[in-house]
Amino acid sequence: MVRKWEIIESKNRFYCDGRCLTGRNIGVFILALVLIIVTSGLFFAFDCPYLANRLHPAIPVFAAIIFLTVICFIFRTACSDPGILPRGTSDEILYLERSNVSNSPQSVALPGRTIEVQMSSGHVIQLKFCSTCKIFRPPRVSHCSLCDACIANFDHHCPWVGNCVGLRNYRYFYLFLFSLSILCAYIFAFNITHVVLRAQEKPSFIDAIRDTPATVVEAIICFFSIWSIVGLWGYHTYLICRSITTNEDIKNTWNASRPGMTMKNPYSKGHSCLNYFSILCGPLPPSFLNLRAIVKPDDHINMTRNAMMNTNNAQDLIRYQHEENRRTNNNRVYTTMTHPYSERKQNSYPPRDYV
Amino acid sequence: MDDTTRLTNDQSIKLFIQRDYSEGTAVKFQERFPTELEGRIDRNEFTGIISEINAIFADAEALSCKTFMENCCACLTGYLLLLCMPTHYEKCVKRAAKYIAEKNENVLNHRGIFMVDPMEKGLRCIEVCIANTRR
Repeated sequence: MVRKWEIIESKNRFYCDGRCLTGRNIGVFILALVLIIVTSGLFFAFDCPYLANRLHPAIPVFAAIIFLTVICFIFRTACSDPGILPRGTSDEILYLERSNVSNSPQSVALPGRTIEVQMSSGHVIQLKFCSTCKIFRPPRVSHCSLCDACIANFDHHCPWVGNCVGLRNYRYFYLFLFSLSILCAYIFAFNITHVVLRAQEKPSFIDAIRDTPATVVEAIICFFSIWSIVGLWGYHTYLICRSITTNEDIKNTWNASRPGMTMKNPYSKGHSCLNYFSILCGPLPPSFLNLRAIVKPDDHINMTRNAMMNTNNAQDLIRYQHEENRRTNNNRVYTTMTHPYSERKQNSYPPRDYV
Repeated sequence: MDDTTRLTNDQSIKLFIQRDYSEGTAVKFQERFPTELEGRIDRNEFTGIISEINAIFADAEALSCKTFMENCCACLTGYLLLLCMPTHYEKCVKRAAKYIAEKNENVLNHRGIFMVDPMEKGLRCIEVCIANTRR
């Protein structure tokens, strides 16, 4: 029984029988995870007993809640499908080559063609052809060379999370940054408090530090990471309020003003708060890949030429598709209306696993 | 090599109804009538099917209070809520698939047309297969 994730063409890694996927290089992700767990572990082991006794027992409880939130969001970001678009099938490519879907002349090969879309806001967007994925890239879709796939609403490929950040995991990424900033600030603040409180009991500051060397280690880690994490969180808050992706910001897509026309972002809803809530709490499509679907090893259905001649409607064709694949060497006439597994799904919609 | 014969043989034609991006990245398919279907099905009927599909997906992507509350509650439970119940979008996708299956059975298959659920193609296009073209 072959599932779709085993044959899909991309550089992703798959876990849990197709329920989770990450990018190819997860080394930096493991490093980030180790840093977070070690720092929090040291905090719980060395600072919390003292602070719980001296100040309030709720301190470790809140720390635990924030820590669990961080772990939940980092795994959610790292292991969910960012919005990978399935590649074009050969039928689609043939259709695109022959039809006048694009605005380029037919003599130009597909990779050179573009589709021009006139948007209702007045912009004219050019859709380019992706040679790897064999599709015309929809607006805001970009091809990530590290994952080797076109990602919807492509933001960036984050090495710390080991995955691309796109349409389907942007909100988890943002909430991960938010919770990690809070965790960093929390640990740093209570490290300082801990050392200060101890210094009041001991004759000198150095003695206090000698009592809890772990606190100093944590404080250093937090101090150096807090700038980048809070900075990144602030940057993404700004991007969300303007409703642009990191990719668009880097390429300055909506800032470049042409003579006589300023580019206003067509995807913005006008108001920052509305943008913010729609991106974080808006509807989320399920994965386009359907990684756990069972794939028949062969796409083509073989039918005898005679049977094909007599069919007048699609009913017979559909009936033929329910037959097993019979590859005979002589009568290799095939015309598939559609892939067999997808036809079955059409009639009885089996539960999809939404990653 | 196999695939080139799929479109060129006399028995069937596949055409792909592309997405309409004129209003942004929202899921909407082009409501124009493909010339290959001329004579097989009434123009308005076919475009009516496409507009109904567009309406279902517009409902899926609408920013309503219901979606907002659903996502907020999901966030508060650490997104564990999503493991228990399907989201509004998923329900709409299933509704669209059911609608297409029902239309296939009642209207389209009799005329030799078979429409494939766009979710199979990652919502990029609707695949329409036409059987037994004129020789």
